[in-house]
Amino acid sequence: MALIELQDITKLYEMGDQTVRALDGISIRIEKNDYVAFIGSSGSGKSTMLNILGCLDRPTSGRYHLNEQNVENLTPNELAGIRNHEIGFIFQSFNLLPRATALYNVMQPLIYRNVGWSRRKAMAMEALRRVNLAERVNHLPNQLSGGQRQRVAIARALVTNPSILLADEPTGNLDSRTTTEIMQLFDELHREGHTLILVTHEDEIARHCKRIVEMKDGRIHRDVPTEPADKQVSN
Amino acid sequence: MFFVIIESTRSALASIWAHGFRSFLTTLGIVIGVASVIAVISLTQGLRASVGEQFSALGSNSLTISAYTPLQDQIQGRRARLTPDDLEIIERRVDGVASITPLLYATRSSQIRYGSQTTFSQIMGTGYAYRDVGQFYVQTGRFLANSDNDTRRRVAVIGDAVRDNLNLPDNPINEYVELGGEWFRIVGLLEPKGDIMGFNQDDIVLVPFATMQSIQGNQAQTDIQIQLRVSDDADVESVVNRVESVLRNARGIEPGQRDDFQIQTPEQLMETVDNVIGMVTIVLGGIVSISLLVGGIGIMNIMLVSVTERTREIGICKAIGAKRHHILLQFLIEAVVLSMLGGLVGVAAGYGLGMLVAANIPGFPPATVPLWAVMLALGFSGFVGVLFGILPAGKAANLDPIDALRYE
Repeated sequence: MALIELQDITKLYEMGDQTVRALDGISIRIEKNDYVAFIGSSGSGKSTMLNILGCLDRPTSGRYHLNEQNVENLTPNELAGIRNHEIGFIFQSFNLLPRATALYNVMQPLIYRNVGWSRRKAMAMEALRRVNLAERVNHLPNQLSGGQRQRVAIARALVTNPSILLADEPTGNLDSRTTTEIMQLFDELHREGHTLILVTHEDEIARHCKRIVEMKDGRIHRDVPTEPADKQVSN
Repeated sequence: MFFVIIESTRSALASIWAHGFRSFLTTLGIVIGVASVIAVISLTQGLRASVGEQFSALGSNSLTISAYTPLQDQIQGRRARLTPDDLEIIERRVDGVASITPLLYATRSSQIRYGSQTTFSQIMGTGYAYRDVGQFYVQTGRFLANSDNDTRRRVAVIGDAVRDNLNLPDNPINEYVELGGEWFRIVGLLEPKGDIMGFNQDDIVLVPFATMQSIQGNQAQTDIQIQLRVSDDADVESVVNRVESVLRNARGIEPGQRDDFQIQTPEQLMETVDNVIGMVTIVLGGIVSISLLVGGIGIMNIMLVSVTERTREIGICKAIGAKRHHILLQFLIEAVVLSMLGGLVGVAAGYGLGMLVAANIPGFPPATVPLWAVMLALGFSGFVGVLFGILPAGKAANLDPIDALRYE
């Protein structure tokens, strides 16, 4: 069975007296160790897609199967548990806790699964080493550069050893040199066996992935594997 | 659950520390409320302890009998009186009395003069036995003697406050003072006894009972007090009952009618003091609970602000797996820790304030804070924290993660 399986997912929003179909009958399978980019213009439904995939929101109808469990009908508290165990979020604006050091930020998700202090610290240190930030663990987010902040966020996503890493415009706030660094880190994580799902509107970023899903008006418009990299360069 | 509480306390302390000055202002209401209650309790408890000590020094086996007129009779102009005859009856018919003495307070003028110096004092006519009943001993000279009474001698025994007020010489024996137009020779100076409930026991002038009667005139109408000391082998309770029945009989009070006299024991006085202190404590408790209420509202207000400020943080925590109770406890514990810290500071400040006040009022006993007051103050401020923290914490816990993450 696939790691992620969506069947006929719809999401409706009430906007005043009219109903908006943010997602309109989405069915998709994502396998373990997949490297997927969701692209599309704004309003295409890719953010809603990310919220549903990340268990932040529940679909209006349809079935969502994540790592051998049905998650479409879970309570908010059960969804929080799923987010903690199965999903690692990486946001465009990093979303670090401003008053906590890099180390504490990475330790935070482990609090919610009752990991004791010393073990929590060891796990967080290991995750920070993985993203090459071992020597800046005691810095506050505002003492770190954008790229370093995003690497803290990636460490925080990795520390729980989730089934999927879900990145929402992960390089949207970064300059091109840092973007390359972060994308290299993603590529490495993919090679190590992680499952990555990116939402982006930059083709440059999408081309790092193995598969591009283009969304339009709440439907999947195109779902294709990327061409080999050498062909893209000649374009 | 225990794990969650420890982690929440850790983050609550971090958050309170991060907003140090704001946290201080927030909790100031609690600090002031708790400080005032602890200050007042420390003073009243200190007072109570010292009064108790002095009453027990007074001797728990001395009784005071005085006339009692119900208010209605007073309005009608009737007045119950206790006379020397009553004293005689008690002396004759009640067993277990070690010593008994009449007391007659000066009703007209309590002014005394020595040379050009004039002062007011408590002037009482009494007898030799009062030395024993009231535990008054002389440091120089002699106490009143029975012969002073028999011959209505114009002699006085004074407390050392009177000596100081009148600028009498250090040894005032054989000096003359003027009392109600008559000259009295000082024969004794009492040992100092100190204050009892702010009342100076050394500001006292004792003259023979019969002398007092004669200078007040109108002897048939004399209303006296009787003080007696129960002998060590007799039971105070049974002596009180015996005195009551003897007096009722002598004064012709029908069964079912009220006594027109009252018998006071030191225990009763202590009870009265306790009642007064209890009332003061209740009234102040009411005032203080209002100030704690206001303090609690202050905490709720700042917690609501804090929830709004940290909406995005709450969203982040929820996205990485915080459940409702994680968020709820974090804010609830923050409110409780905030108000309990306020309570703690308040206890310290209140104790300091009580000591300061006690030290600056001359003759006031040192402040003591009983443990129950500290526990009560801390418990109550913790309760206030829960009461006023639950609403903001609930608001935080119920935030939708997507909305919270999007919040700017």
